[in-house]
Amino acid sequence: MAVIIKGMNVISDPWQRLELNADGSLPPVPPAGDIIVPLAMWQRLREGLLARPGRLGVWLNSNEEPAAIAEDLRLFGVVAVNFPKVTDGRGYSIACQLRERYGWKGELRAFGDIWRDQLFFLAGCGFNAFALREGEDPREALTAFGDFSETYQGSVARPLPLFRRRHLT
Amino acid sequence: MYRYDEIDQRLVEERVAQFRDQTRRFLAGQLSEDDFRSLRLRNGLYIQRYAPMLRVAIPYGLLTSHQLRTLAHIARKWDRGYGHFSTRQNLQFNGPRLEDTPDILAELARVQMHAIQTSGNCVRNITTDHFAGIARDEIVDSFVWCELLRQWSTFHPEFSYLPRKFKIAVNGAEADRAAVFLHDIGLQAVRDKGGTRSDGASPGGEVGFRVIVGGGMGRTPIIGHVMQEFLPWRHLLTYVEAVLRVYNRYGRRDNIHKARVKILVKALTPERFREEVEAEWASLTDGPSTLTEEEVRRVQGQFTRPAYAQLPGDDVGYAAQLATEPAFGAWAKRNVHPHKVPGYAAVTLSLKKTGVPPGDATADQMDAVADLADRYSLGELRVSHEQNLILADVRQAGLHALWQKAKALGLATPNIGLLTNIIACPGGDFCSLANAKSIPVAQAIQERFDRLDYVYDIGELDLNISGCMNSCGHHHVGHIGILGVDKNGEEWYQISIGGNQGLTRAGAPAALGKVIGPSFARAQISDVIEKLIGVYLEQRESEDERFVDVVWRIGIEPFKERVYGGHHQGHERHQRSLAAA
Repeated sequence: MAVIIKGMNVISDPWQRLELNADGSLPPVPPAGDIIVPLAMWQRLREGLLARPGRLGVWLNSNEEPAAIAEDLRLFGVVAVNFPKVTDGRGYSIACQLRERYGWKGELRAFGDIWRDQLFFLAGCGFNAFALREGEDPREALTAFGDFSETYQGSVARPLPLFRRRHLT
Repeated sequence: MYRYDEIDQRLVEERVAQFRDQTRRFLAGQLSEDDFRSLRLRNGLYIQRYAPMLRVAIPYGLLTSHQLRTLAHIARKWDRGYGHFSTRQNLQFNGPRLEDTPDILAELARVQMHAIQTSGNCVRNITTDHFAGIARDEIVDSFVWCELLRQWSTFHPEFSYLPRKFKIAVNGAEADRAAVFLHDIGLQAVRDKGGTRSDGASPGGEVGFRVIVGGGMGRTPIIGHVMQEFLPWRHLLTYVEAVLRVYNRYGRRDNIHKARVKILVKALTPERFREEVEAEWASLTDGPSTLTEEEVRRVQGQFTRPAYAQLPGDDVGYAAQLATEPAFGAWAKRNVHPHKVPGYAAVTLSLKKTGVPPGDATADQMDAVADLADRYSLGELRVSHEQNLILADVRQAGLHALWQKAKALGLATPNIGLLTNIIACPGGDFCSLANAKSIPVAQAIQERFDRLDYVYDIGELDLNISGCMNSCGHHHVGHIGILGVDKNGEEWYQISIGGNQGLTRAGAPAALGKVIGPSFARAQISDVIEKLIGVYLEQRESEDERFVDVVWRIGIEPFKERVYGGHHQGHERHQRSLAAA
């Protein structure tokens, strides 16, 4: 079982993430277990996926719209967002929209080409679970959450910007 | 000058620690070249043609003498003894060693400086009018708004990996000295026409911003589109955030040359883009990031205010010196600028001396300028986007002594606003992106037009040179623009005329220059410029009509004709094909 970072801890990942086949066709649905399916799979096998045992999650690619799952969020145990390349920053805004606009409160997972140097920003945008790319040690990466001790602007993680918190302390 | 508080200081120090660790991991082989690139770039570190280049942020161009001395120290200790002031009001070191950059950043942090977000696909240094806070046509002190935006954009978690770099400019005066129509976002301060509010709390109208999006230079120059005619100041951060979010989600990432927000605005149409922003803004407006009066006042309070003396008005001795010393008068006419406080003036120290690459300053010059700033200008200075240094708070009574000292330092070339005040990027001598050299072209033109009397006759003229289509030398908005192009491995130069950086005077809005025709070899450039000037001098109706005004009035045809002629054009092509063969 792979390990991920969740809520600042390193844990074994109970979820299996499915991908479309190279030709775009759907992969077989495992008979049991918790699965995270690509958006296209959710859209095409909706009822079947809901009927199977095991928990269900969905993942969005960086070019996909969070609005496509906005109405269904309550059905998912996890929503994941892919970072195909570290420089593709669309996932940060997707996370903000899922949290702020569509009110997703559950596990929001980042995966793909990410490693310790993105964690601080990913967490700021509301991600609370992280599957780092191959070869990274998630335990070593944990210190990255403390790279900065303060943030100026409001964010998902800390909705009040610094200027609204100054006189609270 | 903005003074860091404890949190500002802590954040830059934490950034140094973070970058030191990243550099260590890279040098230890734990980060690949590619991995490290995306990290070093947001700390201003490029790997260039001949050596690394480190770009230091000078937020909105404002600098203390103490900071300038530190830059001089860095230039001596870790670089080649000089620095290059860029058109983004930053300073670039063209040869530090990668291993030394964490130490350089630590040295910068000691004087409240950094290199955060000076490169990479993120929100870059916010630029403004170099006469902010002292201009007679001031609407607001734009430094305060720049600093609010600087804090908002620093380490913004959502906008760290944008499709491309993102540049914001703020102009707080009537005249646009910040080129707001040529930035990803341009913010022009405006006062609500409403006048006094009904509750009597506001003596003038409320402050807001005209929001302009999608302007820019580069290979697709576009004049920006007005998205909001009047955005009340409270909504500044949330609206800018909405613009950035739409851009981050939908800006193109498949082609680096089509990735700026201007391309997205054009593709969607400005109307559709505005709708997208409004939809996004609906979930942010009036939220926690809405600015408060208290915060604006707090940031205002973090700026030291110059301690001006109470002076009765214009200095009598200064007026007398102007009348009796023509050389001093010539310098004052071009390099001394009006100030809103009686008895004071702003001075441009020219970094455009013939024979010196535009914007370059040696460590010794930096130290000397720091001394001048201490002695004559309350210890502060500014970097202008025209790559000069400004002493903004000089008593008129001290101008003559300052002039003599500046002259001795080679910083008193009286050419501000004139043809020889050339804006140029570092070009092919330093930059790996450049198609062609820009500095030798600037020098050749300066030498040709150095007979200053002649220059005076020509009057105001912005001549800008870029070594490639990235247009760091702002050639699109030069009254005359020169662009280096590569043709079969040779350096050629395309010339455009009629560009303008912004509404610096009534009736003269931002405009993009038009290319006059086929490009030229470097040796031909000075002749071509002289021909263009010749047409202007014949056609102008008075000395008040500038070169660019004549281009706009009569069009580019007469200029083309003079430069290429009829049969001459064929000859020209023939020559080029020979050269290309």
